[in-house]
Amino acid sequence: MWDVEIRGMASAHAIIASSIFMATVMPAVFVENFSVYGTHMVWLYCVAGSVVVVNIAVFWLLGISPPTKKNTLSYKLNRLFKSCLYFLLSCLFFHTVVVLYGAPLLESALETFSLAVLLSTLTTLRCLCILGPNVQAWIRVFSRDGAMSVWDTSLQITTGCSVIGAWLGAFPIPLDWDRPWQVWPISCTLGAITGFLTGLLAAPVWIHWHRKQLTYKLK
Amino acid sequence: MKLSSSVFALLCLLCEIVSIALFLRGFFPVPVKSSFSDKNKVTDFPAEPQTGSGPNGSKAPVPLFKRVVIVLIDALREDFVFGSDGRRFMPYTRHVVERGSSHSFIAKARPPTVTMPRIKALTTGSIPGFIDVVMNLNSPALLEDNLIWQANSAGKRIIFYGDDTWVRLFPKLFMEHDGTTSFFVSDYTEVDNNVTRHLDGTLKRDDWDILILHYLGLDHIGHISGPHSSLIGPKLMEMDDVIKKIHASLISKESEGTLPNLLVLCGDHGMSETGSHGGSSEPEINTPLVLISPSFRRKAGFEEPGVLEQVDLTPTLALGLGLPISKNSVGHLIPAVFEELSLREQLRLLQINGHQLSRLLQDSNPTFHKEDGYEQFRMAEKSHGSWVKLYVDGNTSEVLSNMGKKVLKQYLEALKAMSSALSKQLGKYDMYSMIMGMTFILQVLFLLLLAMPEALSREAVVDVPLASSLLSLPFYLLCLFGSALHVLVCTSAGGPCYLCSLPWVLVFTVILLSSAFMCALFSMAVRRMPTSNKTPTKGSDWTLSELDALLLIGTVGHTLSLASSSFIEEEHQTWYFLLNTLCLAVFQDVCRKYFREQRHRDEEEDEGPLLPSSAKEGPSFSPAEELGMSPGSEKWLALATPLLTLTCCRLLRSLNQTGVQWAHLPDFGHWLNSGDHKAFLSVLASVSLVLIFLLVQRHCSLVSKIALALGLLGVYSYRAAVGNVLFPWQHSSRAVSKGTVEARFVYVFVLGILFTGVKDLLRSQVMSSAVDSGRLKSRGLWEVYSGVVLLVALLFRAHNLPTLACCLLIQTVMAQFIWKKLHYDAAQTTIMHYWFGQAFFYFQGNSNNIGTVDISVGFVGLESYVEAPAIFLTALSTYAGPLLWACHLLCFLSSQRDRAVMGLGHGSYCFALLRSIPAVFYVVLVTGLRYHLFIWSVFSPKLLYEAMHTLITTAVCLFFTFMDQERSARP
Ligand SMILES: [Zn+2]
Ligand SMILES: [Zn+2]
Repeated sequence: MWDVEIRGMASAHAIIASSIFMATVMPAVFVENFSVYGTHMVWLYCVAGSVVVVNIAVFWLLGISPPTKKNTLSYKLNRLFKSCLYFLLSCLFFHTVVVLYGAPLLESALETFSLAVLLSTLTTLRCLCILGPNVQAWIRVFSRDGAMSVWDTSLQITTGCSVIGAWLGAFPIPLDWDRPWQVWPISCTLGAITGFLTGLLAAPVWIHWHRKQLTYKLK
Repeated sequence: MKLSSSVFALLCLLCEIVSIALFLRGFFPVPVKSSFSDKNKVTDFPAEPQTGSGPNGSKAPVPLFKRVVIVLIDALREDFVFGSDGRRFMPYTRHVVERGSSHSFIAKARPPTVTMPRIKALTTGSIPGFIDVVMNLNSPALLEDNLIWQANSAGKRIIFYGDDTWVRLFPKLFMEHDGTTSFFVSDYTEVDNNVTRHLDGTLKRDDWDILILHYLGLDHIGHISGPHSSLIGPKLMEMDDVIKKIHASLISKESEGTLPNLLVLCGDHGMSETGSHGGSSEPEINTPLVLISPSFRRKAGFEEPGVLEQVDLTPTLALGLGLPISKNSVGHLIPAVFEELSLREQLRLLQINGHQLSRLLQDSNPTFHKEDGYEQFRMAEKSHGSWVKLYVDGNTSEVLSNMGKKVLKQYLEALKAMSSALSKQLGKYDMYSMIMGMTFILQVLFLLLLAMPEALSREAVVDVPLASSLLSLPFYLLCLFGSALHVLVCTSAGGPCYLCSLPWVLVFTVILLSSAFMCALFSMAVRRMPTSNKTPTKGSDWTLSELDALLLIGTVGHTLSLASSSFIEEEHQTWYFLLNTLCLAVFQDVCRKYFREQRHRDEEEDEGPLLPSSAKEGPSFSPAEELGMSPGSEKWLALATPLLTLTCCRLLRSLNQTGVQWAHLPDFGHWLNSGDHKAFLSVLASVSLVLIFLLVQRHCSLVSKIALALGLLGVYSYRAAVGNVLFPWQHSSRAVSKGTVEARFVYVFVLGILFTGVKDLLRSQVMSSAVDSGRLKSRGLWEVYSGVVLLVALLFRAHNLPTLACCLLIQTVMAQFIWKKLHYDAAQTTIMHYWFGQAFFYFQGNSNNIGTVDISVGFVGLESYVEAPAIFLTALSTYAGPLLWACHLLCFLSSQRDRAVMGLGHGSYCFALLRSIPAVFYVVLVTGLRYHLFIWSVFSPKLLYEAMHTLITTAVCLFFTFMDQERSARP
């Protein structure tokens, strides 16, 4: 039982991770002068887009999302609308936090917002996929000892890793090395994606390692 | 020996201060100085080789110039003359540089690029030690051999107009002088008019030989609005007119048969992209040097100016005027100036310069024989001799002139080599003192770390096994070993050594202390060892919360970041970043507390016995009740507090841009100060003052409240008098005064409030009732705190008053809704206070560069410069942020009655530890990096800041200890 779930998670994570690699490699065929630093925004949105598509596809296929009570179209539309709203709100939230951290307010606002979009895709979107637009469930998962399934734990780990990655990514900015990746917000996006990939890798490993200690309360 | 935590922390900090002082003494090199008689004399000139030691053999060279006018424009950057700015704004000077008979150079100023060390460098020719920057605050008379003294004693009449630093440095040496003080940085017209108004009269007269003009306006413009401001152009044109006027007058005075005149245009230092100076960026060290004299060849067009050292001007001027070169000058002649002379005269001048340099080298370097330059000079002198012999014999062949040119080249190379050898000497360190200081400070740090479990225990008492270690055998062995080492080092040391020059009693005390520390350390370490083995479970069930982890990572990370010069330059970024993360972590804690409460309200009831004890603390403990709000809104206020803090920090961050990389970005502070926005600045300042009053008056007695209100009014009227802000009924054009009366008015109230506070503190000791005494004590503390706030409000520039208001606002809301409610322990609260203090240090516009210290603060309320108060006020206003947060911590911890028992001790200990870790790490680091490229520009200023900060922390800990003693003195 455990192994099946972990294996499923590992393969899902592998698919997501490979989609990020594809998003880095593929556009080079179609877009001229494509590079991670040079056309950073294009790359960023490629990655974000592919993560969105693959996440939704994977979790829809796996059927992780909580079962919906009603199956009417209007209810589904309502959920979809709510999810979009939450996603937008989380983009704004991340944007605000990044500005509070010292990003310029008006200058390069687009770059800052793109970073916020990326962070939202790496964190909020997965929450939406796994937990649905249900704030109470989010609060439960992210409070101490709130995880109720392996997916909750994986969500905790990947979210934490992405945010910490972006946080660590800000450190090289003050260095006077004049490297292309020190330009705002490249180091932060790189940090966030590296953190996310680490999280994807770490989550199954960690769960496997601690499978004895993990006893989830039943709902 | 049992010591309470606070006393222990204080003692450790005191030891640290001593060892840092020892380290600094060894680290900052003693300037290269000659040990012979004070000043060079005319008779000290070496004889020209092979002409015998007859009376005219060693005679002084004839002067080349009759009169010299030195126009020194403060902060004149190289591109203001040679760049596009020069072409636009200084047309006349450019014309002379390109077509006139002139020589132009880029003169490199050595860091620290601060005015006084630069003036010293220009006049003595030596490179002042770094510590001279600190002495920049007060400039005592220059006793070293210098050009001005030489000129004066040779009977030259000198006139000086400009920055009064010169008048203080060279008292009584000027025939006529008019000094202007440079501390009112906002004024950039009056200071220069004060110089120029004398110009016409002086130029007409014939009774002077040297005229020195030091123009300050450009520097002031730079400080106000940077090198690209619109004010720069008109100022440069004004300077160009001055040059034109002087040059025209010198040309008209020129007559056949007399010596030509010389006009020198130079800058003392440049200006960084932000308009400040002090560091070592290219625009700060590159200054133009233009020498204009009819005796020079006319230029055909613009040539790329050559690069030389600023100190090279000194020997050139000295020999150009026929004076002896000052003793400690390390520069060498500028060959271009003398190229029109005969070969014999040129060689003679080079020989004189070489002789002076070689003597300085002999004096300052015991291994001078090994220096290349010295050897080369000896060789050149020999060939010079044989050349002179041939010349005197009447030989005039081609061979002779070729040989002469070869000698000339030899001399020039020798001079260059000796000059650079002497400059390099400045990089020599007194390693013995440094290592001793370092060992000592490391011991103290380990002692602090080993004592952590005891110091943070409930008793807050540290047991230092000093007595037992004093009687142990290793102690005596260590003493013996130390003394032997000392004798060995001192007898074999080649260079100067501070410790060896100390009396042996003092040194022996140091060795004793160090050995005792060593033994105490060992026995404490041994005592720790078994306990950690016996109870290994104790470590594992002590879990770190996210906040603890953050505080730990932040402290360690910041300490490690000091190893990088960029992170030192941009240290504010580190602190802002950490502070933001801290606020978010606190926000998460708040969310967790209030939302968890919602979910497990019934579980919460089980913890009943814990809660009432803290809820019983009286009305002040429930902020919502105090503010007349329901407990429900308290939750939202608590949630809003970290967000408010974050917003405040973000706003403050854009108030003062600091650091290096982004310092040139426009910031709000510059916008406010730019003159057009005075009305807005006035509104902002008055709102801040009102806010300050509202936040501070809460816990004060009525008398203090009134005094505080009047004092803050006084602050505003002081700012209005100085011309920073306006009264509503006042027009912008009003005479600017020094505001001495207003400032003194405020000082009276500051002293009054402090006095009331201290009186309350003393009275609380003799009170019988513990409750009353506690209340009186916390009121007294708060009054002392509000006195400090009032003083800081007076000292802060007008645009910084919002910083102070925000500081108080954050303190109030954080204390009310976070620190009291979330039950953070004293250590956590202290670390948070420390971080806030650090961030506010940078919010108020400071950086790790000496240039950002606002020395004008030292003149608030004083008619003239008085050393002690000026230094005190400057230190206070620079460290206002950390100091206010430390004071707040003291007030906060002692108002928390349930934990005051050990809170103060814990707080004081954490403060000492937080200061020691970076300081010790930095001292060790600087020792390792002493040959780093940026050691003088980045690492040394930071070292001074660290030392000063440790000193301030010691003062704070003293106060903590004092308050803590009162507690322990009571039964
Ligand atoms: Zn200057
Ligand atoms: Zn200046």
